[in-house]
Amino acid sequence: MARLLEFTLNGRDRADAVADNILLLDYLREKAGLTGTKTGCDGGECGACTVLIDDQPTLSCLTLAATVQGRRVDTIESLGTDGQLSAVQRGFHEKLGSQCGYCTPGFIMASAGLLRKNPNPSEAEILEALGSNICRCTGYVKIIEAVKYAAALNAQGVAP
Amino acid sequence: MNKIVPTHNIGGYVPMIDGPEKVSGRAKYTADILGAGQLAGHIYRSPYSHGEIVEVDVSEARKLPGVRAIVTGADCDKAFGVLPIARTEYPLARDKVRYRGEPVAAVAADNDSIAREAIRRIKFKVRELPAYYTAKDALTPSAVPLHDKKPGNLERDVLFELGVIAQGFDDADLVREGIYNCAEVCQNQMEMHAAVAEYDAVRDRMTVHASTQVPYYVHLMLSQILGMEMSRIRVIKPHVGGGFGCRTETLAIELIAALLARQANATVRLVTTREETFITHRGRPETDIKLKIGMTKDGRITAVECDCDQRGGAHSGYGVVTILYAGSMLYAIYDLHNVKYTGRRVLTNTPPCGAFRGHGTVDIRFAFESLVDEMATALGLDPFAVRRANLLTAPTFTDNDLMVNSYGLPECMDWVEKQSGWAKRKGKLAKGKRNLSKGNLSKGLGMACSHYISGASKPVNWTGEPHATVKIKLDFDGSIVVLSGAADIGQGSTTILAQTVAEVLGLDLSRVRVVTGDSEVVPKDNGSYSSRVTFMVGNAALDAARNLKSVLVNAAARKLEARPEDIECLGELYRAGVQDKGTTFDEVVTEALKDSGTITVTGNYSTIPESHGGKKYRGSAIGGTMGYSYSAQVVEVSVDEETGVVTVDKVWVAHDCGKALNRLTVEGQVQGSVWMGMGQAMSEEAAYHEGLMVTANMLDYRVPTIQDSPPIEVGIIESNDPHGPFGAKEAGEGSLAAFLPALTNAIADAIGIRFNDLPVTPDRVFEAIEKRKRVAEKKNGSG
Repeated sequence: MARLLEFTLNGRDRADAVADNILLLDYLREKAGLTGTKTGCDGGECGACTVLIDDQPTLSCLTLAATVQGRRVDTIESLGTDGQLSAVQRGFHEKLGSQCGYCTPGFIMASAGLLRKNPNPSEAEILEALGSNICRCTGYVKIIEAVKYAAALNAQGVAP
Repeated sequence: MNKIVPTHNIGGYVPMIDGPEKVSGRAKYTADILGAGQLAGHIYRSPYSHGEIVEVDVSEARKLPGVRAIVTGADCDKAFGVLPIARTEYPLARDKVRYRGEPVAAVAADNDSIAREAIRRIKFKVRELPAYYTAKDALTPSAVPLHDKKPGNLERDVLFELGVIAQGFDDADLVREGIYNCAEVCQNQMEMHAAVAEYDAVRDRMTVHASTQVPYYVHLMLSQILGMEMSRIRVIKPHVGGGFGCRTETLAIELIAALLARQANATVRLVTTREETFITHRGRPETDIKLKIGMTKDGRITAVECDCDQRGGAHSGYGVVTILYAGSMLYAIYDLHNVKYTGRRVLTNTPPCGAFRGHGTVDIRFAFESLVDEMATALGLDPFAVRRANLLTAPTFTDNDLMVNSYGLPECMDWVEKQSGWAKRKGKLAKGKRNLSKGNLSKGLGMACSHYISGASKPVNWTGEPHATVKIKLDFDGSIVVLSGAADIGQGSTTILAQTVAEVLGLDLSRVRVVTGDSEVVPKDNGSYSSRVTFMVGNAALDAARNLKSVLVNAAARKLEARPEDIECLGELYRAGVQDKGTTFDEVVTEALKDSGTITVTGNYSTIPESHGGKKYRGSAIGGTMGYSYSAQVVEVSVDEETGVVTVDKVWVAHDCGKALNRLTVEGQVQGSVWMGMGQAMSEEAAYHEGLMVTANMLDYRVPTIQDSPPIEVGIIESNDPHGPFGAKEAGEGSLAAFLPALTNAIADAIGIRFNDLPVTPDRVFEAIEKRKRVAEKKNGSG
């Protein structure tokens, strides 16, 4: 069965006919053409597909597209749209929180979700917020630095 | 030629030039290449570990509407493999299957669900054969050979004795033997394997997008498997989500996608699951090591005897090279003589192992540094002092003819010793301290060293070409475009090439663009393996940039009516002496183009014969390199004696990379290596049940999370290698191995128990502590 899905995607209203059983991840990548959100595992293991639903970091691989009816979904492509990288994007770029880049969109969205809710997180709060995202390149050291730097930039007025 | 003085591009903290794409979701990986009309590819994999194929019946699958192609072993009788001497693997199994998960058939269909349904309809019959899941079982005399040409299931045995070990052991004050087991581990890079193959039937051309570390190997193997001329094939490497060695071989995935695309006359997108990515494997083999070392009472090593068995899996892959590295790389870190090595690479009914970061050296280094630490304790010597008693003096050649020109290991040790407060803290940390939230904690410090090559000096495919070639294009717009086949897989090689070229020309990094990863455009490269790219491709980029600079200096000389040797290049300004107001870069470019139109220059690099290893035993070229990196580590742990949980509190690591061309990416590579070593040491293990990998997901295959991971403080040691670009050597692998023994040495310091089997999981620690208690109770009871 398909139904009409109406919601806000990256700040724009969208209406699409979607099958009941399509995952939000597959909808984003294959129907909306937003391939920034990554598939990294066979379901719920790695965090690479993290997006924000009403600012809450959520695994899009465990979310049916139909369930975001009327809600606000933000993907990695929503950030830095004013011609500048966002604070979290700058953190991951400038502090090398990203190496191969594959887990990066998930980490950035989880971090952006954290900073929207808690602009000045402690290290323990950063570790908790990113605890279900796997990175295989960095050893996480520079990811922690990236999020701290992003929080500092955010305090100076750069959007997370 | 003007002298090149490193200025603003080399040696700084330079974010990766492709970083903005990665943080914005614009970076395209193979699975992101989605297009209308693509077919979905799926693979049918063997549910049997070992058997003779009786029938692959695809007739029911073929009847399904929307199925556009089905390929089986009958469609391709050409074998592939990374080593020309060991090509035994078919894209789809023929005659036999040798491991659970081996590809047997593949389908391309209009969409994913049709392809999956078609896979379900395939009927596969085999005559089952006995299966061997351990090296020991596979080596039993009555075992059925997996491959007819490899009787006894011995892929390769290696034996050398350099010096006289009997004499060496006689000269020792202490001789110790240790037995070690390291579990099989997987790269588990974040991007699952994928390929998109596009067949142009009208022109008979094939284009394959592949998530590979070596596009050139993919190109070679596609040609071989498809029976197509290489000139009809184009290989594109999009962004790659990590490799760590598993993508240094051509995988069946890209070959199957191409076979399907050709049969369907279409574009096939084949994206594997995480489970399939695990089973495709090419990880580090399970390794059993028996090691014996002789040592004088002042810590000098007098003899080494090492036996090493690797459970290689069902096909050779890189196996021959892996078992050779394990022996040859005993050398080139300490001054060793009287060394005997026996290595056996064994074929088993498990997925094929391959080249994992630190290829062949890691498990041996774990054993070696563990035993040296144990012997230091027995002799009452400091672990640093024992290693210092065995240092090399560079430049030198080792007994197995490896060339060592730069050697920063002493400085690495000095740095971690000082930073960790070793002298004041070793042996003096809290033991059994009650901690309300964490139980009974005992803290300890351990250290170890490791090393690695900066590129294998002899490439796998010896063609007589230079080891690396880079081109630079300069056109009317004044943009510098570097063309390289080097595969950036996240390690930052593209950034290093841009920095190198910008440095030579004295230009800002923003003037330089780098094009990689498309065989139609870029020069061939031997690929991103054995940490060769900074050294070899960096040197080729240096050569190309110098050649371009020479063209520009000559043009400036003409324009300024001066002699070329009087021209000073200041990047955006060229002048003839300090009094001259000079001419701009753009004007120089215009002048230069008058001669030739668009300028392209070439830079090459080749290793020198002295670096190729010797001929003292068969396979002794393996281990030869232009420059070895060195690493020393100190690990601080807390062991909870009630639960067996080990927490790494801190790691200090010093890495001799010759010269850090980019301190930011060197730090990132070293931290990533140390952390990957931590995963292997503490939690990661590929486990099987009757040949089925039961850890083929990211929950059961336990990768450390951010909450498990320690702070890692990096010291960069610069030994300035005489042959490295600006003095640089590798930074991406050499620091992995030292973590493993540094951890177990730290645990031994904390609780007095030494772990020789990896991974050191909480249940193993708990069991060892309980066993010690039982032994103590028994002793007390009987005494």
